[in-house]
Order: sequence, then structure tokens, then C-alpha cells
Amino acid sequence: MKSLAELEAIRAKTLENIAMRKENADAARVVVGMATCGIAAGARPVMLAFMDEIAKRSLEHVTVSQTGCVGMCRLEPMVDVYLPGQEKVTYVKVTPEMVGRIVAEHVVNGHPVEEYTIGAAE
Amino acid sequence: MRDLSLHLLDLTQNSISAGASLIVIRLSIDESGWLTMVLEDNGKGMDPELLSRVTSPFATTRTTRKVGLGIPMMLENARLAEGDLVITSKVGVGTALTVTMNTKCIDCLPLGDLSGTLLSLMITNPLAPDFRFEGKSPRGECTFDTREVRAVLGGLPLNEPEIAAWLRDALKEEIDPVFT
Repeated sequence: MKSLAELEAIRAKTLENIAMRKENADAARVVVGMATCGIAAGARPVMLAFMDEIAKRSLEHVTVSQTGCVGMCRLEPMVDVYLPGQEKVTYVKVTPEMVGRIVAEHVVNGHPVEEYTIGAAE
Repeated sequence: MRDLSLHLLDLTQNSISAGASLIVIRLSIDESGWLTMVLEDNGKGMDPELLSRVTSPFATTRTTRKVGLGIPMMLENARLAEGDLVITSKVGVGTALTVTMNTKCIDCLPLGDLSGTLLSLMITNPLAPDFRFEGKSPRGECTFDTREVRAVLGGLPLNEPEIAAWLRDALKEEIDPVFT
């Protein structure tokens, strides 16, 4: 197993990050649909791509979480992005290749990628 | 589902919905190519009535619609590979689901990205439950237990970016050599 000592150092750093995050209220959330339909459509690589992209850019204020099936299985994998002070944006038929743009343009810069949203698909 | 690791990701959700605090996954492939996957939880369990109909696509505990495809699809894929799916459960104790498949059978699903499945489970359930994975194949053995990780991290959630990155590497290092 990878060294638990290394994990101890990560723990200290993470505690600092969490303290910092409490001070600035710009916490953002990325929510991936991970029910049977989402998983079958490829939600897992999408979620892992978000995790990777967020770690790569050290976006400590962004958390990734999951939700169940919202009843639009044909549009899975679906991803909701919540930014403070903005309406929720729903992306549909998301692939790992789309994740870089969503993070760069929307999560970081606040401009939703319109062509990937549910509004453009329907 | 395209591979076994995706079924595992999906089926584990049932254990989480059942309120399990510990989920143990045992995956083994023996010398002759027979695969056994056991998914065991300490969730609320099922009564004999629910247990008897749970492999039907029309059995579900959710209220939003009338179908639940996770278990029936796994059963179908197990049978295609000369295997089976068996569930035992006791109310208040937990549930164990066992899948067998002949990996030498041409219709057997590939294993898929097991460490990716475990990572997904951990970062989407960052505070609870705990997961233990025990793997065994002719290439060797591996174990991974989030209780050991939490012993170091205290109450920190597993989806913090740096922790998740550590988990990703640790899982790959431990599990991939045994199942690739």
C-alpha cells in the first residue's frame, strides 16, 4: 500500500485548505448522476475526469459529488454545476473529453459551455 | 453494463442505500478461470418476500418509478458466462451477493477498471461507509481498507482533492497488478 506517512502530510495540508475555504464563500459543486443508467452510459470516467482536472488545477474550493437517477436516462451521463450566486447548469451526454472545457470555462471562469447544456440538447 | 467493475459500482449502491456502514468486496479468480465476486454489507437487510423477487426487473425500493435493473442485468451477464448470482440476506444483519462467472467463457464480461470503481465509491461517499476490498488471482493478492486510511485522516472526507489523488494512486498500485 502507498505510504500512510505520505497521507499524514496530506492530512495536514487538507486541514489548511478546509480552513481557507471556510473564509471565502466561493465553494462550487459538481454533481454527477451515478445511478444504473448513468454508470451504464459512462458516468464513472466522467467523474474521475472532473476529480483529475480539479486536482490538476488545485481548485480547493470545488467538490465533486454524486446523485441518483433524475428520470432522463437517455441524456446520461448528466452533470450539474453549482456556482455561488448562479443558477444550476445541467450538462448532458458528458464525455471525459468535455470535462476540461467545462472546468476551464464554467467552473473557473463562470461562463457555462452552452453547447453542452441540456438547453442545447433538447 | 460494459464490464464487471461497472456492475460492482452499481450494485454497491444498493448496500449504501441499505444504510451499510461497512461494505466488503471479495473478488477472486482461481487457476481454472472461475471468478467469484462477493459483495457483503451490514445494511438493513431484506425480508424473505423482497429477497424472493429482488432479481426481477420490476422490483425496486425506489418510489420514483417501477423498475430496478441493477441486479437483473448482473444476473443476466453472470448466466451468459455459465455462472449465477445468489443473494442471502437477513433483516437487521445485512446482505451478501455472490456472483460467479467463467472467465474462459467467450461471453464473460471483462473485469474493467476495478481501482476506478473503488475510487469512485470512495470519493462519492466521502464520510461513510467504509469499504474493504480483498482480491485474489493467480497473479497475487491485494487488500485495501478505508478504515486504515481513516485512522490516519481522522474525520476528513475522502473527496478532498489531495486525498482523492492519493487514493487513486494507492488503489492503482495495490489492485491493478493483480487484475490486469
